[in-house]
Formats: sequence, C-alpha cells, structure tokens
Amino acid sequence: MPFFMLLFSRQGKLRLQKWYVPLSDKEKKKITRELVQTVLARKPKMCSFLEWRDLKIVYKRYASLYFCCAIEDQDNELITLEIIHRYVELLDKYFGSVCELDIIFNFEKAYFILDEFLLGGEAQETSKKNVLKAIEQADLLQEVSHVKNCE
Amino acid sequence: MPAVSKGDGMRGLAVFISDIRNCKSKEAEIKRINKELANIRSKFKGDKALDGYSKKKYVCKLLFIFLLGHDIDFGHMEAVNLLSSNKYTEKQIGYLFISVLVNSNSELIRLINNAIKNDLSSRNPTFMCLALHCIANVGSREMAEAFASEIPRILVAGDTMDSVKQSAALCLLRLYKTSPDLVLMGEWTSRVVHLLNDQHMGVVTAAISLITCLSMKNPDEFKTCVSLAVSRLSRIVSSASTDLQDYTYYFVPAPWLSCKLLRLLQCYPPPEDGAVKGRLVECLETILNKAQEPPKSKKVQHSNAKNAILFEAISLIIHYDSEPNLLVRACNQLGQFLQHRETNLRYLALESMCTLASSEFSHEAVKTHIETVINALKTERDVSVRQRAADLLYAMCDRSNAKQIVAEMLSYLETADYSIREEMVLKVAILAEKYAVDYSWYVDTILNLIRIAGDYVSEEVWYRVIQIVINRDDVQGYAAKTVFEALQAPACHENMVKVGGYILGEFGNLIAGDPRSSPLVQFNLLHSKFHLCSVPTRALLLSAYIKFINLFPETKATIQEVLRCDSQIRNSDVELQQRAVEYLKLSSIASTDVLATVLEEMPPFPERESSILAKLKKKKGPGAVSVTELEDSKREGGELNGGGDRGSDTAAMAASNASTPSPSADLLGIRSAAPIGAAPASAGSLLVDVFSEAGPAAPSAAVSDDGFLRDLEQPTETSDSLLVEGSGDSDPKFPVSHRFVCKNNGVLFENQLLQIGIKSEYRQNLGRMYLFFGNKTSVQFASFTTTVSCPGELQSHILLTKPVEPLVEGGAQIQQVLNIECLTDFSEAPLLNIKFRYGGALQNLTLKLPVTINKFFQPTEMASHDFFQRWKQLSQPQQEAQKIFKANHSMDTEVLKAKLLGLGTALLDNVDPNPENYVCAGVIQTKSQQVGCLLRLEPNAQAQMYRLTLRCSKDSVSKRLCELLAEQF
Repeated sequence: MPFFMLLFSRQGKLRLQKWYVPLSDKEKKKITRELVQTVLARKPKMCSFLEWRDLKIVYKRYASLYFCCAIEDQDNELITLEIIHRYVELLDKYFGSVCELDIIFNFEKAYFILDEFLLGGEAQETSKKNVLKAIEQADLLQEVSHVKNCE
Repeated sequence: MPAVSKGDGMRGLAVFISDIRNCKSKEAEIKRINKELANIRSKFKGDKALDGYSKKKYVCKLLFIFLLGHDIDFGHMEAVNLLSSNKYTEKQIGYLFISVLVNSNSELIRLINNAIKNDLSSRNPTFMCLALHCIANVGSREMAEAFASEIPRILVAGDTMDSVKQSAALCLLRLYKTSPDLVLMGEWTSRVVHLLNDQHMGVVTAAISLITCLSMKNPDEFKTCVSLAVSRLSRIVSSASTDLQDYTYYFVPAPWLSCKLLRLLQCYPPPEDGAVKGRLVECLETILNKAQEPPKSKKVQHSNAKNAILFEAISLIIHYDSEPNLLVRACNQLGQFLQHRETNLRYLALESMCTLASSEFSHEAVKTHIETVINALKTERDVSVRQRAADLLYAMCDRSNAKQIVAEMLSYLETADYSIREEMVLKVAILAEKYAVDYSWYVDTILNLIRIAGDYVSEEVWYRVIQIVINRDDVQGYAAKTVFEALQAPACHENMVKVGGYILGEFGNLIAGDPRSSPLVQFNLLHSKFHLCSVPTRALLLSAYIKFINLFPETKATIQEVLRCDSQIRNSDVELQQRAVEYLKLSSIASTDVLATVLEEMPPFPERESSILAKLKKKKGPGAVSVTELEDSKREGGELNGGGDRGSDTAAMAASNASTPSPSADLLGIRSAAPIGAAPASAGSLLVDVFSEAGPAAPSAAVSDDGFLRDLEQPTETSDSLLVEGSGDSDPKFPVSHRFVCKNNGVLFENQLLQIGIKSEYRQNLGRMYLFFGNKTSVQFASFTTTVSCPGELQSHILLTKPVEPLVEGGAQIQQVLNIECLTDFSEAPLLNIKFRYGGALQNLTLKLPVTINKFFQPTEMASHDFFQRWKQLSQPQQEAQKIFKANHSMDTEVLKAKLLGLGTALLDNVDPNPENYVCAGVIQTKSQQVGCLLRLEPNAQAQMYRLTLRCSKDSVSKRLCELLAEQF
C-alpha cells in the first residue's frame, strides 16, 4: 500500500501531496524535502525505484512533473508505476492534455480525481471510464448548483 | 490562467493563484498571502453572512495557502459549515479541507461526524461516497468509534450502489489499519469474502485490499477466500485481452486485480485441496508462459503491467517454495531479465533472485548467473542497481564460488558508495569466514578489507580475525608475516595497526628468524605507527611491547627506554601512564621465568569458567547470546542491515586494565570485561564466540558459520553470557525450559529475522520478565503481536502489562513486560506466541517461556545440624525424588556452583561430610503455600556420573525439580 504520493516540479515545488499514513506536518515537510532532493538528484536513465529509509520509492517524470509514490517492502514496484501512469492518464483525459498549470490552478480537481481512483492508498476503481464518469457526474452537479447560485 | 475551467471555476481563486505565481520572491509571496489571510479573516468575522459560494471560495484559498506550506489556524468552522450545505460543490470543498487539514479539536470532530452521519444516511450515492472518502482520508480514532460498526453494513447491503461499496470497502480498510480493535467483522466475514465473486470488477478490486489485510490478521477466519481467489485469478488469466473491456490495461487483463489476487494468496500456504492447487499451478504456468510470448504492444505500460503480474506470481512461487519446477522456471525468467535493456527490470530481477537464492530448489539455478551479476556490479551506472547486484552475490555465495565472489566484492569496495561500505565490509567478512577453506585466504581477505575500507571495519571484524589466528596454529606464522608486510605501507589504517600489534605481540617470534623481520625491525615498525594512533590502540601497542620483552630479550633495553620516556610514563592519559609504569616495573623486577609465565602466549579461546564467574559477579543486561542456530538456507542480504554502530571496546579495555595490571590478563580482559560502562556490547558478544568454539567436536568452519554472524547482529544490549552453554547445548531443540533453569537472562530465540532476549527477576512468588524483540532485518515488521497463554492446568498466572507496538522498525528493538504471579506449583511452561509480517510472509512462532518452578525459590541458609534434621523430617518416600545420571556438561566445581546458585537456592558449605558433594536449601514461594526444598548433588568424577536427590515438603515439587535439574549437569 502506498504510504504517500507526491507530485513535484523539476524546480522542487510541491504540486500535490497525499498522505495515507498519519504523520505530523513537521514530518511530512521533512520527508518531502529529503525525498524531493533525492529524486531530483537522480539522472534520467536511472532505475525508477530506490530504497529510501525503510520504504521503496517509485517515481516517474512526466514533462516537468515528477510523480512519486512510497510503498512498502512487499509491494509491487511495477504495478505502482502503472498506478502513477493511470493517474496521469486520468488527469490528461479530464483536462485534455494536462500540463503542470492545470494541476496548479485546479488543484482541488486533481485531489478529487485521485480520491476516485485511489482511496486510502489502494486502488478503488481502475477503469478509466468509471473514474471519469464519477468525476463528470460531480461536475454536472457543480454546474447545476453554480447556475442556481448565480441566479 | 489556463483555458480549462471545468465545473464552476472560482475566479477569485484563480486570480489569487496567478498573483502568487507572479511573485518574484519568497518575501513577496508571503506578503501576498498575509494580505489574503487578513482579507479572508475579515470576511469570516464580518457581520454580513457569507453565501455558500464565497465561503467555498475562501476555504479553497485557505487550502491552497496551506498546501503551499504555510500554517492555517482558522477557517475550520467555515469548512465544517460547508459540509452540511446541500450543494454538492460546497460540500465537496468542505470535505477536501477537512481531509487535508484535520484538526483534533473535539468540538469540531463532533460536528464533522454529524455531517458525515447525515451524508451516509442520505441514500444519495455521491454524498455517501464523499463522506466515505473523508473517513478514509482522515481515518482517526474518533471516526472509527463513530462509524466502524456502520460501514460493514453499507458494504454488504444488497441495495448499495457499486461505487459506494468500493468506497466503503477501502474506508473500512483504513479504519481497520488505524483501529483494528474497533472494526469487528464477525457476522460479515463470509459476505465480505464473497465480494471476490462480485460481478463488478471495481468492487472486487476494492474489496480484495480489505480482504488481504483482514486475512493477514485472521488467516483462519478468512481462509475460504483462497479458493475464490484462485478461481477469480484463473478466469482473468485465461481471458482474452479484450474480455474485460475497460479493466484491460494496455492489452493486459485486469493487472491490478491480478496482482492483488496473487498477493492475497501469499497470506496462505499452498491450497490443500488438490483441484484448487492444480488450478493455481496452471495459472502460474500460464503467467510464466505469457512472459515468453511476443508483446502485444510496444508500449512500456504493456510490459510493465504484464511483468508486474509475473513478479507477483514469482513472489507467490517463492512463498510456497514447494514447486521445484516453477522455481527453476522463475529463475530462468529472471535470468533473462538480468540482461534486459530496461533498468527497472534488471533491478527487479536482481532483487527477486535474491530470495530465489535462498530456496534449496533454485539455489543452483541462481548460481549459473554469477557472471552476469558480477558484470552488473561492475558496469551498472545506477548505484541502486549495483547495490542489488551486491546483495544477490551475497545471497548466492557458497563454498564453490566464495573466493570469486569475495574477490569481486573486495574490488567493488574500492569504488563503492560511502553509504553502503559498512554493509559491504560486513558481508565480505562474513563470507570470508563462513566459506574459508584455508585460513591464509581468510587472513588475506580481512587484511585487504582493512586496507581498502579500514574506516568501515568494525571491531567485531578485527576481533574475529585475531580470535581465529589465535585458535589455529597453522595460520599463525602466515598471519604474522602478512601483517608485518601490510604494516610496511607508509600509511596504514589504525585497525591494521591494532591487528598488527596484537598478532606480532603473540606470534612475532614465528618470523623473527628472517633478518628482514628481526625483533628489532618488528618493534621499530610498530613503534613508527604509535604516535599516529588513538589512545586505545596505543594501549594495545604497549601490551604488545611488553610481550616483545618476553619473546625477544634482546629488545628489552630498547623497549624499556621507550616505556621510560616522559611521553609514556608521564602521559596525561591515565591508562597509558599506568601501562607504561607497570610494564616498565614488571620488566625490571620480574625474573625471566615469571615474565614468561605472565606473558605466556594467549591460550586458545575456551576461556570458559573464568568468564562465567566474571559474568556471574556482574549479572546484568539481557543476554545477547544466541543459542539457536541460524538457519543457513534462508539467509538473505537484508539481514545485515541491522549491523549499525556498535560500542567501542575502549571503556572495557581501559577499565579492565586498570584493575588487572598483568598484561596477559589485560589482553584477556579486552574480551571478558564486557559489562562495564556504556558500550560493551562488542566485547560481550565476543565471549559468545569463545564459548561456541569451546565445543569439543565443533569443526572450526561450522563454528565460524554462526558465531560470527551472530556477533554482528547483536542488539546493542549488554551481552550477558552467563552460563552460555558450549556448542553442545546450542542445539535449538534443547528445550528453552531447560536452558533457562539456572539463569534469568539470555537469548530465548533467534533466527535470521528476529532475536528475542529475556531478562527476568523474581521476588517471592512474583516475577517480572522483560522480553526484548529485536528486528535483525532492515525492514519493518508489520502487525507485530504477541500473546501469552497458559495451557492446560498451568496455574501460574501471567499478566500482559501492555501490548507491543504493532510495528517493529528495521534494526529496532521493542520491549514487553510480563508480570508473573505463582499461585501454586506447576510443571508446564506458559507459551508465547509471536506473529508478524516480514516482507510478504506471515511469521508465526510459539515458544515456551522459561518460567520454571525454581524461579520462585528463596534461599535458606542453615547449619549442618539443621539441614540433616530437616532432611530426616522429609523422609516419606513420595517426598523424595532421586535420579542417577551421566554428566552432560563440565563437572568443574565452579561451573557447578554457578549453576546451583543460579537455581535460586542457598548453596550450603560445610554441611555434607563429603566435601565433593553439594547441598542446597530453599523455599519455593507460591501464593497458596510455601514449599521447603532440600537438594543434594553427589558427583562422581571418575564415572562422570551424578546422583541427585531432592526432598521437598510437597511431592510434586520434588519430582519436577528433579526432572528440571537432571538436565542441567
């Protein structure tokens, strides 16, 4: 089970953080700082997995963004890599060729999509169609209420 | 601003985010944020009631500010208000804020829980999902208390929507992880297991995570899931790539679900039902076959998903470790990956092969890849891949390839990353010793280690080489010659000086015949390093010098000159000064004979009894003495990682020397003076080796096998090797109840993962036992639980004072305290059951706790007259128990005395007319009564036999004590 998932830019700016184990804010900041540094220091052709503290880190870079998951020893690295990829696909489909700015300006959406896909760190729904359907339904509800709001 | 604005964009938020992005400096950003915070605060405090949209917008801004890394101390109430909005969009933002910024403010938690409760009962699936997501994200104890009983109902109810079921399953999982005591599956168990059969693949995918976690904790209750999982897996594996529609991922059918099914099966042993097992083996074969098929897509996602399943299948095959055919096929498959162009696959293949190397079925198959792995160690550009290669070499090493592997590891060490050097050093040292056929190779290897990576060579390593040299006279000359040569280097590591000083001090005479290494040359060589060394090393060198005076009288004048000079005899370090003064005096006043006796060559290491007595006087600390044999076959790379920093022997060395001016005693003292000061662990653990080598029949290679590894893995507790049995007693089958009869501290259990030490104290009918669970691996143990039970009629009452932490970090040690009360006499031992997860596998072991009736002894002193009077009073035949038996252990007086004292009775002198006999007296304190006991042990040294007689006021006690004690002598 992933312990956490972090999205950060090449400049080391954190764009999304999702923690699946209870940690204090201080610990979270420390982990983030150290891990971002470690991952950014790695060269492009290196392996996507590394041991870090007692965790396994699985990361992949998409354009300017690094997607990074910390998993337990017995967890499967490759399938985690594809969890990351599926999340990227979901973002891409939702925003239409997603870029870092989409995630910055619509961070709440990025969180909602992640919650539909992974809950408590485990895959809740792996079908792309089903996840997007859920999000679109929610958007529909938003628009309805928003229209009401403006009236 | 980006063009995309799905749903309702919040313009104010977008403007704010743009502003932040446009800030040129951190200061500007902080200024902008503070301005915004002030604005929001005034809006929230303002008289005008905010509409839902504004509230949502401001809460969202606060969230953004928090995610930027700033502290937020208000807005929680407004977010909670949003929860009860009937507008989805507001509710959603409210929940997001709560999920990210949960605050344990009890008033708020109550409000939040209320809102969640409303949404859960709303029957609106989107609202229900939001509420479940929030619980899963927060997962606090308070939420578990409020909802743990409600959610299983939602999960299994017939009319629940699939999407809600999915959320409910994972929500429950999260609550189970944080508060397992509150999530009671009970009546729901079977219905939850049957979710594996659900038509909706999403429901199965979500539910299986929950089922896997529950199965780990309660394998028996959930074991019906095995056959369901196998049939589900079988259907997926045999389906065409399009059958599963949207659950097919890059032509791979349901990869996530497949992996999870294979993972779930790893919670269980192979299925007993032949048909189920056959079906599973077929699945595994199909997965292995598919790996050979040409890829259906060139995309990396296709191969990743396919290989994810393959690696999980291989994990299951390794977990079962019972299908030689599959194991070898797995190994061949991984062999192909070793040369794959994808770095990720090479990494994983190396990692996975490490575990395969430990299976007897595939060890040989793994070994065939040695050249590839060595090549990986040399050429991989990524250090994490090289690390895996080093681990695998270590795992595949055996007698046949040890020289090659050690040589490769040594040469890698020269360029290895600093972060892994210490571990590499330990690995090399272990392999060199474990597989040494000729000891000159071993000596060369260790000296090379010191030369290449001296800073990373811990004491254990150089102690060990000295021990081996001292115990094997065929290697002493070679060792002397080799260290002499090594010391010629202008800059050599201090550890080399230590080894050199010690070995030349003992065996320099073996090379003194050669004029190039004449005594004076040797001395000058050593002394040329003296000034660059630390105090402990200088102290060691001084001892070497005095040994030189004995070995080579012609050096006496030179050495005395050195000792006499102010920098020695007036050294500000009291230890060095004392040595200089005392050695100088010793060399001047003692006759050659006395000198020769005092400075005699170190005896080989069966220094048994004196150490035992030394220990006896300083009983303390839980033993770090291992008696259980390491299971060779399951050894793997990770276990070494625990060997972090270890105490230095400096304190022990100094202290022991201060009290024992004789240098030979001092040299011994380096080893035997463990329980002094702060960090004696290493010194203590050496003793263990000494003992294990004392076993008469133990072949030296076998000794080194375990002894050394054990050394390295001692937790940093003071080792208390009191009454450590020789190798004869190290048999793991030798019941715990017997090993601990005469001692209270020691290692109860040890394997390659876990070491359990105990330390106990008893007073009257009460006892307290400290259990120390040490994780020897670098990996966390999950779900660590222990239970103590008193089987059958066992009357001794045991209370667990507190449950252990569920996680034991790699290399860490946790402690548990048991309070014991003896109600009446007993003969069975309480059982300790330990469960935890290491890697994928559930570890389960049950041990007898060494609580025996004699622990509740109070010694009774009495005179000869009284003793025999009482002896006569207890003359009814059933009150007496007697046994005549052959001696199993040393019949040495001091050893016997130590054991009898350890028993808890008073050892009475001048009672028995025959001074060879031992008599003891004591009272066993139980809650219900006191049982007086008298003991007489009559050794017959000639026949190597004993007669043991017990007389107690209660006949069952006589019998039990007699059984217990007959095993001890």
